[in-house]
Amino acid sequence: MAKKLMKGCEAIGEAAIHAGCRLFFGYPITPQNEIPEYMSARLPQVGGTFVQAESEVAASNMLYGAAAAGCRVITSSSSPGISLMQEGLSYIAAAELPVVVVNIMRGGPGLGGILPSQSDYFQATKGGGHGDYRVLVLAPSTVQEAADLVIEAFDLADEYRNPVMVLGDGLIGQIMEPVEFKKEIKPEDLPEKPWATTGCAGRAPNIINSLYLDPELLEAHNWSIYAKYQKMAKEVRHEAYNVEGGCDVLIVAYGTVARITKSAIDMAREKGLKIGLFRPITLYPYPSEALAKTAEGAKAVLVSELSTGQMVEDVRAAIAGRQPVGFYGRVGGMVMGPDELVEQAEKLLAIHAGPASRARRPVTAEVAR
Amino acid sequence: MYNEIVMAGFGGQGVLLIGKLLAYAGMNGGSEVTWMPSYGPEMRGGTCNCTVVLSDREIGSPISKRPHALIALNLPSLDKFEDAVRPGGIIVVNTSLINRLPKRTDVTVVPVPANEIAVEVGSAKAANMVALGAFLGVSGLVDQQGVQGVLVEAFPNRQKLIALNQEALRRGFEIGQGHAAAVAVK
Repeated sequence: MAKKLMKGCEAIGEAAIHAGCRLFFGYPITPQNEIPEYMSARLPQVGGTFVQAESEVAASNMLYGAAAAGCRVITSSSSPGISLMQEGLSYIAAAELPVVVVNIMRGGPGLGGILPSQSDYFQATKGGGHGDYRVLVLAPSTVQEAADLVIEAFDLADEYRNPVMVLGDGLIGQIMEPVEFKKEIKPEDLPEKPWATTGCAGRAPNIINSLYLDPELLEAHNWSIYAKYQKMAKEVRHEAYNVEGGCDVLIVAYGTVARITKSAIDMAREKGLKIGLFRPITLYPYPSEALAKTAEGAKAVLVSELSTGQMVEDVRAAIAGRQPVGFYGRVGGMVMGPDELVEQAEKLLAIHAGPASRARRPVTAEVAR
Repeated sequence: MYNEIVMAGFGGQGVLLIGKLLAYAGMNGGSEVTWMPSYGPEMRGGTCNCTVVLSDREIGSPISKRPHALIALNLPSLDKFEDAVRPGGIIVVNTSLINRLPKRTDVTVVPVPANEIAVEVGSAKAANMVALGAFLGVSGLVDQQGVQGVLVEAFPNRQKLIALNQEALRRGFEIGQGHAAAVAVK
């Protein structure tokens, strides 16, 4: 298939169809309305079903039902809507069901605004709803990657029987870029799900449930899903850019901010400053080992996010004081320019310049803005 | 080759459409492209803009603080973006609706009576195409034939509309070409 120019939101919808998904349940919210809009037109063409639910809570429970019946299913929303879905997502994680959830983040807290933000990192990577669970989180930074990761999200969800979240922001959702779909999976070619509640004629009934009143059974269940998260650790992925031979400052950023960092790298090069980029693609599991290794070649590490500082906690845990870690964030829908990142990298380097900065001392510098 | 182009006007002038045509033609011509609309809250009749980046390598930020070129279809757009254009850049001004020329002296200014020309070719709605044509003419960034071809794809089975828009594009292109000598090819 030739390359097509598509909006991030549309590419996400088309990718779900290419992954053999024929069900969408959701409720409108900006800046991701192009996903349900696209699916409402496209799903009926391929024998699928689009339902605009009465609420996000309802949508998440429709997801629960469809996944229990063994179907590939997707929903999409934006920050406040994702909060409303958390009850269902917790039940789905407990019942070990594969679903794909797209969060095109907007500025928060509360109703916030509709412009790009990365304010839901904690919510996405540390569980989200109640109960001790995790979802696998993928963070695309281009339209092509958004499409590829949505297709992969379905495979990962099926493999681990766990919700997978694709975490983007308004910029990834609204931007148009060339995109190419390489493979199309037909629903009938998907592997069988022997655990699904598909009618039990001739076999023992399958039970999908999240209620365990016996604490011993619930503890065993919790440890068994924990073991699954341990196994998930092998799914970590990242991109390291311009880090060969070390760098002055390693910027750690995902999604939109990683793109801006690539522009900053070009800008810094003209000034004789070498900035490297470490871009986590999985936010949970977090590529901590790869980050620690990449950071060895840097004089300082600068974490940049469209938040007041969330991923920076995972970076500090991975770096464990071996390099100084600074932070720079913009919030509320404001997006930093590449020039701001160069300026912050220079500031951080000035604080930690010289051979002394190579010493193994636990320094953390907040780069003030 | 790396170029950031901002197109701006009021809602309904077809600013997003000419951005898409430019991006499509760039993609078909083998460039890396991004198209980013302003999707913030706007009033009816308020300003609307999009940024297209054309590059021969991977595109980082798709938003621009310092564009290489501006296509301004109305006065608020010129007021808002004039100072941001890089020195040596291009400003296409729709003089049908903008009653002043840019103050900048370090950029190439292309004044185009886009609405009047559009009316001459058959529809005032094609003013956006005239302006895009002028930009293509002055910048030489994307082949005019490439955009003409994209028009055929954009309006399938609408021969009359295609012809009208192609003519609007061509008229703008001629005006743009008249200023091309002033622009250093990047």
